[in-house]
Amino acid sequence: MSTPVSDHTATPLIFESGQDGRANRYFERGKSLDQFLPREALRAELPIPDNSEMDVVRHFTRLSQRTFGIDVGFYPLGSCTMKYNPRVNDAMANLPGLRDLHPYTPDDQAQGALRIMWELERSLCSLFGMAAFSLNPSAGAHAELAALLIAKAYFKGRGETKRDKVIVPDTAHGTNPASAAMCGFKVISLKSDKRGRVSVDEVKKVLGDDTAVVMMTNPNTLGLFEDHVHEITRAVHEAGGLCYYDGANANALMGNARPGDMGFDLMHLNLHKTFTIPHGGGGAGSGPLGVAKHLVDFLPTPYVRKKNDSFVLDFDMPKSIGPMRSFWSNFAHIVRALAYVYANGAEGLTKVSQLAVLNANYMRVKIREFLETPYDEICRHEFVASAQELKKETGVRALDIAKALLDRGYMAPTIYFPLIVPECLMIEPTETESKETLDAFVDALRDIVETAKREPEKILAAPVTTVVGRLDETRAAREPDLRWRPTS
Amino acid sequence: MAQPEGLLYSKEHEWVKIDGDNATVGITDYAQDSLGDIVYVELPKIGRQVVQFASVGVVESVKAVSDLFTPVGGEVTEVNAGLENDPALVNREPFEGGWLFKVKLSGDAQTSGLLSAADYESFTKES
Ligand SMILES: Cc1ncc(COP(=O)(O)O)c(C=O)c1O
Repeated sequence: MSTPVSDHTATPLIFESGQDGRANRYFERGKSLDQFLPREALRAELPIPDNSEMDVVRHFTRLSQRTFGIDVGFYPLGSCTMKYNPRVNDAMANLPGLRDLHPYTPDDQAQGALRIMWELERSLCSLFGMAAFSLNPSAGAHAELAALLIAKAYFKGRGETKRDKVIVPDTAHGTNPASAAMCGFKVISLKSDKRGRVSVDEVKKVLGDDTAVVMMTNPNTLGLFEDHVHEITRAVHEAGGLCYYDGANANALMGNARPGDMGFDLMHLNLHKTFTIPHGGGGAGSGPLGVAKHLVDFLPTPYVRKKNDSFVLDFDMPKSIGPMRSFWSNFAHIVRALAYVYANGAEGLTKVSQLAVLNANYMRVKIREFLETPYDEICRHEFVASAQELKKETGVRALDIAKALLDRGYMAPTIYFPLIVPECLMIEPTETESKETLDAFVDALRDIVETAKREPEKILAAPVTTVVGRLDETRAAREPDLRWRPTS
Repeated sequence: MAQPEGLLYSKEHEWVKIDGDNATVGITDYAQDSLGDIVYVELPKIGRQVVQFASVGVVESVKAVSDLFTPVGGEVTEVNAGLENDPALVNREPFEGGWLFKVKLSGDAQTSGLLSAADYESFTKES
């Protein structure tokens, strides 16, 4: 039975379409399913929809056409590094020898794959100044969790069990305090100073013998370089704590500055951001966790080591916090990231971050002609603008601007984050966009601001060209309905 | 944005209405407007002793999760039960039906550090 859909243009769920007996079957004539599967594996009660192959192809093609991604258009989502993902990465990840390799293949028959993991690990160590990386965690947040488990194990090993506080700036991504809380740490939030930076004095005020970890993002989520980072990491170390570098914004400094040199003991990278891996749909990611020398023994297992001329998965690490997930990593992403590293080389990767910074500053200077840019100085790979004045003048908020951008064919920037900037729009163009694209986006944004001043109701009604208009965000947050259930 | 007279205001954007020993607390129109659509309010437990300006709960909107601070100290005597099913009441009537909790004041009403309607109005203009 199909349930009525509220919007006549919405695509019905695949479960709600089809007819009994419509599916194309590829079995040998005269044979039935139970000749292929054991009887106990056949479950008649499962409501698997009976759709023809063509209907299935149309269904998913249609959904894909309604999906906005970096392959469709400009996607300036701040702190997310939505850059172009070169197709050659996928070609490498799809090589049958890599794609079809079973994770339980003995080490001596998987030397190529282990070598890829080892070479990526070595490349990341030299690019970011760490002693070792674990490729095990599957996302940035997952690596944060692993890092804090390591910090816990490290302090426990030293008998410093009093260290139960994690210090996080107020510009940090929500995953930082969330990861700390999940590990049982108490979170202390640090107020940023007038320049949008972590203040050395504020850090010193809260440091003590109960400090476990200070987490920093550099450049921070305002797109500003934490220029007192050395003083801060030194003070944290003097207090006996560890410093964590949230590498979500590594695209701003890759090849030009190294977290290891800034004094960080632990860090993550989001390979899906900085190293050209498709993301944004909540799909598989990869968040390698880097550590300085004194923490290498605590890394998740297994860790790929080079022994003489061959590579092995090392499971025998007594101090390890253990595996963070099944098997060894999201391996296809490791292949994609290494393909990206080798396609660019050290010099190319250095240029990547320089161009990312150049693009952001180009846009910042054009956008400040018609929107406030609260921290008005040279930014790194992203910057924040604010619709605070526009809202006072016209009632049009950051949210409305974001919706109006959808009508003009763009993904909206990150809005209302970081929390310390009212009516915030956080814009990250990345290095892969052309000047024409940046100009066209700035023009669209200018048009929205000018329209807001003349005819605010037009912007308040946006979007009008998308399949659905304004969604009920309150209901979506309060009564999320994410799972299909059979009706009978 | 008009600030009702007769209430006191905190720099964390709460209002308090003091009536003898009893105080009613809510968040201001400015606060609800900045937060956007409120989806969840976590209030202190009845009977809890709260210290002035301490964090006593959480207000969650579609944009952000914010701490809720109490502008006065004392014992929590009542919470607005209606917000459980309809937290958006805080958006619709921040100064009326959307009140958050009531406190029985401990000792003299501590009003130091709180602002008058006019001072709060200029405070929101500066920030
Ligand atoms: C600053 C920052 N830290 C951490 C994360 C979490 O990374 P992930 O989404 O890979 O878990 C993000 C994600 O957007 C981020 O922007």
